[in-house]
Amino acid sequence: MLLEIQNLSAHYGRIRALDAVSLEIGEGELVSLVGANGAGKTTLLRVISGIGPVSAGRVMFDDRDITRLPADSRVRLGIVQVPEGRQVFAPMRVEENLLIGGYTRTAHERAEALARQYERFPALAAARDKPAGMLSGGQQQMLAVARALMGRPRLLLLDEPSLGLAPRLVDEVFDAVTSLRDSGVTVFLVEQNAFQALSIADRGYVMETGQVVLADTGKALLTNERVKAAYLGL
Amino acid sequence: MLTEFLQFLLSGITVGATYALVGVGFSIIYNASQVINFAQGEFVMLGGMMTWFLFDAAGLPLAVAVPLAIAGTVVVGVALEKFAIEPARNASIVTLIIITIGASIFLRGSAQLVWGRDFHAVPALSGDAPINLSGVALNPQSLWVVGSTLVVIVLLHWFFSRTMTGRAMRAVAFNRLAAQLAGVNNRRILMFSFGLSAALGALAGVLIAPITLTYPDVGIMLGLKGFCAAILGGLGYPYGAIVGGLIVGISEAMTAGYISSAYKDAVAFVIILLTLFFMPNGLFGRRGVERV
Repeated sequence: MLLEIQNLSAHYGRIRALDAVSLEIGEGELVSLVGANGAGKTTLLRVISGIGPVSAGRVMFDDRDITRLPADSRVRLGIVQVPEGRQVFAPMRVEENLLIGGYTRTAHERAEALARQYERFPALAAARDKPAGMLSGGQQQMLAVARALMGRPRLLLLDEPSLGLAPRLVDEVFDAVTSLRDSGVTVFLVEQNAFQALSIADRGYVMETGQVVLADTGKALLTNERVKAAYLGL
Repeated sequence: MLTEFLQFLLSGITVGATYALVGVGFSIIYNASQVINFAQGEFVMLGGMMTWFLFDAAGLPLAVAVPLAIAGTVVVGVALEKFAIEPARNASIVTLIIITIGASIFLRGSAQLVWGRDFHAVPALSGDAPINLSGVALNPQSLWVVGSTLVVIVLLHWFFSRTMTGRAMRAVAFNRLAAQLAGVNNRRILMFSFGLSAALGALAGVLIAPITLTYPDVGIMLGLKGFCAAILGGLGYPYGAIVGGLIVGISEAMTAGYISSAYKDAVAFVIILLTLFFMPNGLFGRRGVERV
């Protein structure tokens, strides 16, 4: 397994955000995690990235215990997150945003990765000298993903990439996620948009109040009565 | 009449340039940590005092003493971060600011213990025979002050816009969490910021010492005026601190020249108060519109 979460618990003060969560992601998989607001999805991603609290349990990456590893070392290992709400560096130029994404890489790798991202996202190439804050919401999401790809992720963590985007752009985002998986990147997708997230996923997990309550293939979860009732509105 | 004005303007620009260097130091550390480093003035003192000590007491040539003094101050700045700020990194911003106030008192006290309380003269870098520009006397040291400040501004601009460390510092300033998620090591950036600010402070101290003399308490006023420059320009906006420094320096020189030098030091504080009352973001500060 590329990533293994073992009995992970996390607290914010006395509030328990994660309660003995276990899940795993294999190399090359696209795994979706769905659940309501406040279920602990973002906390889990923060813990995987090394910026969230851990009170018990372990995070294993490539059979190595990384529970106590600092955030920047995890990026070096290839665990890269696209945070919720895009969080681009608004006053900085698009190109600088991308270069920061390659901060942990050598200058040569960075130049190569930059060319590759411009090829993948031509709209970003056209806007390379604009401040990132001037881009539209959809373009900023694109930039956030491209910035993460600059770090050559082995595991890409996506936190609510469709949040706040127009419906047409939401489809584009999910297409982009699928094509990332097809190009060999392992993707862990956290979404409130359960239907689309599970439709494109190899496997999925459902979280409720800090616990994983269901785990199955994406297709099976889509037809699961409990998922249908709670998340798909069927 | 005009010569008098030009004379005041020149001396204002000269001290203003040193305030600018100190103010930029405040902004750099603020950007990395939201901490206002009240030991910034002590970096200025250390630059001047170490230059005096290495030159006068140790007998080194100025060309060696000055770089050594700046390097020594950088070591102190990095040590301050490593041993006082870093161990308290989970504390609140206010706690960290109080730590810097403590560090400032500690550095001042140590300087008094080591070097005594006396005033010391540091020789000007290229003599002190004033250059006469049709009636306006120009101290050659002023040229060093202004020239060095200009060079530093150009270098800083290059550093922040062209190097990965500089870009990472801007990224941290705007969104620390996102920078961390991109792999930027925030602790290393903070340590680097203290080192850079110490270098800028020490340079200001070396440049101004021949004009004002140097002594263990010299950093108090220079630090506060640099702080004023940073606030006026917009805290966290290094280029603003440069403009702020020049405005503070020139206002001070004009007040001293046309009103009374007794009010000279009051000018900076009036500027701080007016800025905080009427435009708390400073002249060029972020207005919070860019965040999406």
